[in-house]
Amino acid sequence: MPIVQVEDLRKSFGPLEVLKGVSLTVERGQVVALLGRSGSGKSTLLRCLNGLEQIKSGRIEIAGHKMSYSAAALRDLRKDVGIVFQSFNLFPHMSVLQNVALAPRLSKGLQKSEAEGIALEMLSKVGLLEKQGAYPDQLSGGQQQRVAIARSLAMQPKVMLFDEVTSSLDPELTQEVLVVMERLAADGMTMLLVTHEMEFARKVATTTVFMHQGLVHEAGSSNAIFAEPQTKEFRQFLGNAA
Amino acid sequence: MIRDFGLQEFWFLITATRWTLVLTIAASILGGILGLIVALARVSVFPWLRATAAAYITVVQGIPALILLFLSYYGLSKAGYDLSPIVAASISLSIYASGYLGDIWRGAIQSVPLQQWEASTSLALTRGQQYRHIILPQSIRIALPPTVGFLVQLVKNTSVVSIVGVVELARSGQLINNATFQPFRVFIVVATIYFAICYPLSVASKHFEVKFNAYRAS
Repeated sequence: MPIVQVEDLRKSFGPLEVLKGVSLTVERGQVVALLGRSGSGKSTLLRCLNGLEQIKSGRIEIAGHKMSYSAAALRDLRKDVGIVFQSFNLFPHMSVLQNVALAPRLSKGLQKSEAEGIALEMLSKVGLLEKQGAYPDQLSGGQQQRVAIARSLAMQPKVMLFDEVTSSLDPELTQEVLVVMERLAADGMTMLLVTHEMEFARKVATTTVFMHQGLVHEAGSSNAIFAEPQTKEFRQFLGNAA
Repeated sequence: MIRDFGLQEFWFLITATRWTLVLTIAASILGGILGLIVALARVSVFPWLRATAAAYITVVQGIPALILLFLSYYGLSKAGYDLSPIVAASISLSIYASGYLGDIWRGAIQSVPLQQWEASTSLALTRGQQYRHIILPQSIRIALPPTVGFLVQLVKNTSVVSIVGVVELARSGQLINNATFQPFRVFIVVATIYFAICYPLSVASKHFEVKFNAYRAS
């Protein structure tokens, strides 16, 4: 059974319809790259998947949760679906270790020592064990984003969402974040990522979805779709990106 | 008989200062608790609660502390609650403080970036947990300088309660002056005592401001 199922999803901001009937299926362990121009609805789709945006109509089922907007249902869903943002959004008044250990302790009710054990494990996964005592403003952007990934992983989610996580980083720092994500993909994590990193999509994503004007315009295995883009819009998009 | 302003009179002012401090502390604590409730209501997810809190802030800020005092002293006594002047004074100053502190803290809460809410929501925290662990700790930094600044105003505004018979610092100065007719001597001493209370608070407020800005700049 697929781990993510989206059917005929529609979402509007006021009079503007951003998603116009999107359907998408993701199997466990797949890495799905969502591509498209700005305004194509890819980030909105991602934010709908963990309930940050409420949909107008359609159906979302993710990590065994049918989307429903009660506070309790959303919390249950978010224990299984992690998200990482473009702007890191670490908690500036907490150390790196506190940032990562907070949610396991509060949301999952683990003991402090247990939560910190998980946090340290995740920090070593992103290669930042030695920064556990630092505060976010003492870290580079790339390091902050790796902490944000560790923070999300500490919830031991079944699906990870990445919303343009390297867009505010320079190329060198982008690389260190992509390396972490590639390792995560190799470990079998189910991932959906909105990205502008074509090379990463081509190499790491098992599936690529090209969105255009609020719809899935073209989708398929990354190998096939990059080698032979079927639609004019996707060809243009790849041409501009290259 | 006209007395001279001596040690005994000075001591009288000092003991009266006790009530100025008691009123300030009572209004800070009660007004602070009420103000926090008002601030949280003002940013609540329920529109009716937000509107109620906004109305409360507008009304309290639009009424002189003196009228709040008359309402709680004369008004409540007429309604059958016979309050001692000091209790009525504490209640009215607490309401007065809550209107301002509520607004200061509302601003501080709202100045925490929306992304902090999104990040903590996405980690499955409850709204209460978000406030306690993410939003309020960051708001406090922002709120500290204006809060301490307001407390300076509060110390000085406790003088209005002399009108219902509480012998605090201002009223005791008036009494001593009536007995000594040495207004300059008496009121300069009164002013000095007020200054001695307020100045350290002002310094603390400045200190917090600098510290906060330094934190932001780093």
